[in-house]
Amino acid sequence: MREDIKDLLNKFFNWIIGNGPRPENEILPPEPPPDLPFTRRNSGRKSRFHEASINERYNEWVELHGLHIFSSLYTWMSVLTCLVIILLLLITVTELPPFGDEHNPANNEVVLRYIKTGARETGAKNIVAGMILDYRAFDTFGESAVLFTAAVSVLMLLGASRRNRTCEKNIFKFGITSKSFLQRGPPLRVHIYRQDDMILRGIASISIPTILVMGCAIIINGHLTPGGGFSGGAVLSTALILAANAYGFDHVHYFFNERTFIFSSSGSLIIYALAKGYSFFTGANHIPSGIPTGTIGNILSGGLILPLNICVGIVVAGTLYSFYALFSEGDI
Amino acid sequence: MIAFNIPFFSIFIMMFGAIITPLLPLKKRLPEKLLCWLIAIIGIFSAYLIFELSYPVLQPGFNYPVGHYPAPWGNELRAGLLEAILSFVFCVAMLLSVLGNFSSTHEDITPKRRQIFCVLVNLLMASLLALTYTNDIFTAYVFIEINTIAACAIVAVKESPETIRAALRYMIMSLVGSGLVLISICLLYGLTGHLLMQNMHNSILELVKTNRYILPLTVSLALITVGLGIKSALYPFALWLPDAHASSTNASSAILSGLVLKGHIFLIIKIFVRVFGLNVIKLLGMDTVIFTLGLVAMIMGSVHALRQINIKRMIAWSSVAQVGYIFLGLGLNSPEGIAAGCLHIIVHACVKPMLFTAAGGLSSAADHKKGLHDLMGTFYANKWAGLGLIAGACSMMGIPGFAGFASKLSLTLASFDSSLIIWSLAGLAVSSVLNALYYVPAVIVILTGKKEAENKIKIPEPSGSYKTVMGIFIGINFYLGLFCVPLLRLITGGVNFLG
Repeated sequence: MREDIKDLLNKFFNWIIGNGPRPENEILPPEPPPDLPFTRRNSGRKSRFHEASINERYNEWVELHGLHIFSSLYTWMSVLTCLVIILLLLITVTELPPFGDEHNPANNEVVLRYIKTGARETGAKNIVAGMILDYRAFDTFGESAVLFTAAVSVLMLLGASRRNRTCEKNIFKFGITSKSFLQRGPPLRVHIYRQDDMILRGIASISIPTILVMGCAIIINGHLTPGGGFSGGAVLSTALILAANAYGFDHVHYFFNERTFIFSSSGSLIIYALAKGYSFFTGANHIPSGIPTGTIGNILSGGLILPLNICVGIVVAGTLYSFYALFSEGDI
Repeated sequence: MIAFNIPFFSIFIMMFGAIITPLLPLKKRLPEKLLCWLIAIIGIFSAYLIFELSYPVLQPGFNYPVGHYPAPWGNELRAGLLEAILSFVFCVAMLLSVLGNFSSTHEDITPKRRQIFCVLVNLLMASLLALTYTNDIFTAYVFIEINTIAACAIVAVKESPETIRAALRYMIMSLVGSGLVLISICLLYGLTGHLLMQNMHNSILELVKTNRYILPLTVSLALITVGLGIKSALYPFALWLPDAHASSTNASSAILSGLVLKGHIFLIIKIFVRVFGLNVIKLLGMDTVIFTLGLVAMIMGSVHALRQINIKRMIAWSSVAQVGYIFLGLGLNSPEGIAAGCLHIIVHACVKPMLFTAAGGLSSAADHKKGLHDLMGTFYANKWAGLGLIAGACSMMGIPGFAGFASKLSLTLASFDSSLIIWSLAGLAVSSVLNALYYVPAVIVILTGKKEAENKIKIPEPSGSYKTVMGIFIGINFYLGLFCVPLLRLITGGVNFLG
């Protein structure tokens, strides 16, 4: 009885952890000479006891069947999950307060004060500018910092690793002798632009100044009309991108390179931080800040909103252009 | 007066440091020095704030309006004892993580990238402080964004195919989380009309009392929990974590595991306690969900860790298990449970960077190999790292006298008031045993093979800062393990002020 249990236990442990030499490690005894009469032919390989461990069997099963089952199951499960989430969100939307109803919870004293006294308190005719750059300027500082973080990260991943590499071979290979190329080493992806694209250059020479003026107007009038730093900065960056496409990135490098980018965005954020830091500090400690709000509707009104818009505009323009330059050429 | 301004200036100084770091010259390691000094200054500020708030003359905390407009119109920060303690712990852990891994950072990263690494660490610290102090849910979202981008970038800061793959995976998962959080914030704004936590809480209580909009409330709570759960590596959503933590440079691993997860976890705690309130959470049934997920994370994180042969991956999976403990405490849905969870946040924020720093030191003694079998006898090559690993392992297993014991004990005590006590105790017991199953072999491996190791390994002595940092880590470990009762009392006071 005890032997039986022992045997059973032995078998069980063999089944769990595996036993015997692995087939790949086994050293086979030498084959007996083949022409001896009256000997057993197959005595060389005695019964080999090898039980695969659970882990081995599991891995084998995964290789043979598991991956197939998993991939089909994965597809169906992901479709099912998406459908369930879509259904749930649609049901939720139908239960939400009706859009535009005046008794909605969102129409409360917060919005009332923004609309009623927003212009008087912030000096900005554009209530949205007053909200994002005066009432809730801390969030906007965070948002500018998000852009700054993203730009710095992309610059690190795509730009900073490629400095100081001389690659004359590639210059011969691609036949490119641009200035930045010689100085900084080759970009990963070569951006091909046509030097003699008359149509693009002609249009660009007319539209770039217009776009620049438009962008500056949107930024400077940010506290008076719809617009502001974010939208104006985006417009400015399109002018830079157009210039880079029409005249080549080298021409843009003359007035906007990595150094300019770092200095302009860091500088703007420093101004933003110092100006708003002063304002936050005085506001929290109930000290009058002494920043005049001016006459509503004048260009010089709205307290800090105008300079802050300019700072945000510079950061946004630089960031969006540097994204384009980094992703298309691998360099600012 | 000075203490009143500390929360705002902590965030502001870190942001300012991040902005001016790109302008600094690379010579004389100025960016690193600036980073360390700023974190040290804020740590001292936070310690002063703890001191001021722990002997409250007037009130146990305060609200700080950021700007000239009062709270529902402008932004607001809120500082209590718990927030002050957490920001102090974050500062200490961040400073030690950066200082302890100084030499490995120098080996892994080029100088130009190191400058940007410092910018990103500054921004991470600012976002952690902001997540800790904010009283406005949209400010929290903005700083979650900064946190996400900076965290992904400090994974990818070390140039190798694995880190790029891990960072991409982390980025995708993390952005899904951000999207869910944003949808949830929009839904909540539509239902309550507020972004300030206190006002949202009042509106939600009103809605629940009149039994309106229960389904959208439940959905938004689920979305925000899942969104932040992805970012804080709650188990089924934690699949990004081992790659990201194991492949990045040691300083990044320590920062990500010890700190970045904790900022999001604390935000979940804030949303549960301050926005919804524990009663509403119970009503909507989210406490059971969180409890179950925490329990599953405790077991499954350890089971995954058992299967690893790479020491950093093993420690990374162990983080998943430890995050499960915190969620278990939160799922108990009582102030004691949350206090125990917060204690575990602090313990883990101090122990996990120590483990990663120790693992980095040991693997550099084994010629930068990270497989467990390559680490034979490395204890004798780098004794401080070995001691750190042993102390960390004891703490994770919950040996009395080490930090992990204190938090596990308080979790156990907190679960006595709950109806889920059986599950909680069983989970804690099983998980502790599983922890021992993978930490003990690691300790045995580094301690065996003394003779061969002494013949073979010829590595330079670890730097002075490494030894000091390890010593401080081990000291903190013992302090938390032996003298946790006053700390727990402070945390309980902080949790009461929170809710």
